[in-house]
Amino acid sequence: MKGWMWWVAVFALAALVPLFGPSGYVLDIGVNIMIYAILAYGLNVLLGYTGQLPLAHAGFFGIGAYATGILTLKLGWSFWLAWPVAVAISALAGLLLGLVAFRTKGDTFAIFTLGVGVIIMLVINKWDALTGGNDGLNGIMPPAGLEALSKSVGLKLSGGFYYLALISLALTVIAVARARGSVFGRSLIAIRGGDDLARSAGIDVYSHKLRAMMLSTAIAGFAGGLYATYLGFLGSAATGPIQTFTILLYLLVGGLGTLAGPLLGPALMYTLAQNLKGLQDYQYIVFGPLLVLLIMFAPQGIAGLWMRLTARRTPPPAAPPTQKEASRAGS
Amino acid sequence: MTTFLQQLFNAVALGGVYALVALGLTLVYGVMRVPNFAHGGLYMLGAYLTYASLTGLGIGYVPALILAAIGVALLAALMERVIFYPLRDAPHVSPMIAAIGVLFFLEAAVQLIWGPDFKQIPAPINGIVEIGGVIVTWQRLIIIAASVVVVVALNYFLKRTLTGATIEAMSQNREGARLVGINTNRVGALTFAISGLLAAAAAALIAPTLLVSPSMGEVMNLKVFAIIILGGMGSVPGAIVGAFLLSFAETFGGAYISLDFADVIGFAMLVLVLAIRPQGLFKRGT
Repeated sequence: MKGWMWWVAVFALAALVPLFGPSGYVLDIGVNIMIYAILAYGLNVLLGYTGQLPLAHAGFFGIGAYATGILTLKLGWSFWLAWPVAVAISALAGLLLGLVAFRTKGDTFAIFTLGVGVIIMLVINKWDALTGGNDGLNGIMPPAGLEALSKSVGLKLSGGFYYLALISLALTVIAVARARGSVFGRSLIAIRGGDDLARSAGIDVYSHKLRAMMLSTAIAGFAGGLYATYLGFLGSAATGPIQTFTILLYLLVGGLGTLAGPLLGPALMYTLAQNLKGLQDYQYIVFGPLLVLLIMFAPQGIAGLWMRLTARRTPPPAAPPTQKEASRAGS
Repeated sequence: MTTFLQQLFNAVALGGVYALVALGLTLVYGVMRVPNFAHGGLYMLGAYLTYASLTGLGIGYVPALILAAIGVALLAALMERVIFYPLRDAPHVSPMIAAIGVLFFLEAAVQLIWGPDFKQIPAPINGIVEIGGVIVTWQRLIIIAASVVVVVALNYFLKRTLTGATIEAMSQNREGARLVGINTNRVGALTFAISGLLAAAAAALIAPTLLVSPSMGEVMNLKVFAIIILGGMGSVPGAIVGAFLLSFAETFGGAYISLDFADVIGFAMLVLVLAIRPQGLFKRGT
């Protein structure tokens, strides 16, 4: 079975779920998983492909969510107009951050973006007039026409949201897969191998990093808009570093730098977290060491383990080794 | 003028605590090239161990501080052995992510053991002193005195003892250090132990002036990272200068501009400095 056929199968199966009349709880978990998956795809572009650790990711999720919320609530825009605008705002904010942040490299970049992530959260939390501050934004409406559309095919609003999230996820996967397969995507992989290495191959590292950042933050804003309209309520907590770390954990569990990982991780971990609800705040007693063990023994996550298993059965396609692998094999 | 002097004292005390925490972080970065995101967790744990020693064992403030410092130092050394040493050749994002896992584990574990409520640690000497019209609490004076003593002792250790010199040598050049016969494995664990010790001591010092909670490490984490980036990652003098820059900006910004945004001021300063000088204020020769 070819790669894309798996994807069609998975999405077809997922599309069948609401037809069996599942409880609202199941659909809610499904929508949440998909929102987190989209967010994880965004993080994967920078961390998995480009090898940069951006710790402001949830901040851009927040920018997308609050932009959607503010545009619909305070300016009375339609969601369908506010959503793309919010994505554009997130991408623009990402560009602005990148212009400064990519002057730093490696560890400094990670810590710098962490600082920016905190600033974004604090500004959202304190700017009462715009964001509602501590009280948050209340009463964001579902997208116009979604309920009527769902009713016309015999579904509840939750079913409509499920399909909206599924379509959004599919669009994200297609966009990321296409980007990954293009010259742009391969250049990002080269940058992951090392800035100097990429530069020696004639890649404009700075502008490629900027474009990767914009793609990543645009996807985060895309997820944010969906989150805003789905939940109808926004609080600043979802835009802080804790949220970024949660996505990071999901992505690592699924598999860094893989196409399936950002979907597998949230699907598994979010479901698990829901079942560990009794533990509430203590879930990191389990997740903390899990994160450490994963990064030490299975840095490629579930998708990586799967690829390792299948690689033994089928000869791998001839891929040129990265510089690091080549030098390791040589030594 | 009195307000100004009052704020000055607060800023110096706060800066002393920041300096202790930031020094450990910058030493670890210098030696191991690991940005230890779990550092704030060690700081938080230090405060809780002090609290536990005071209430559980019923010992005095100074023994409690020492006990907490030793406990956290051992844990930090263990962390280096079990997690960061095996990850030394992994891609540079791996140890960072592992450290984040440790941070969350520590936070959750502390919350499980001691609960999410705020805890209060009584000050060893209550009351206030008046110095030239300025009213200062005894605890602030203790913080200032203790942090000066610790920084001087650390400086002596790094510059004047052989073991300390190995740490400096390794942060200057790993291969070079190995070439002259330094056991770089041992230095790694030692550096982590010292960083844990400093973080726990700082926490025990400042704890009586604030409330202890499991999330107290997160904010401190961000601040000390801001400090060591400001000062230049791995630079010891840079960490001290950065610590006082931040504490002065926060204290005076909070007093004269807006208390709401006092926490943002530090990060805004960081972003500004990095935008102009990406390598930090005190670039070390490499």
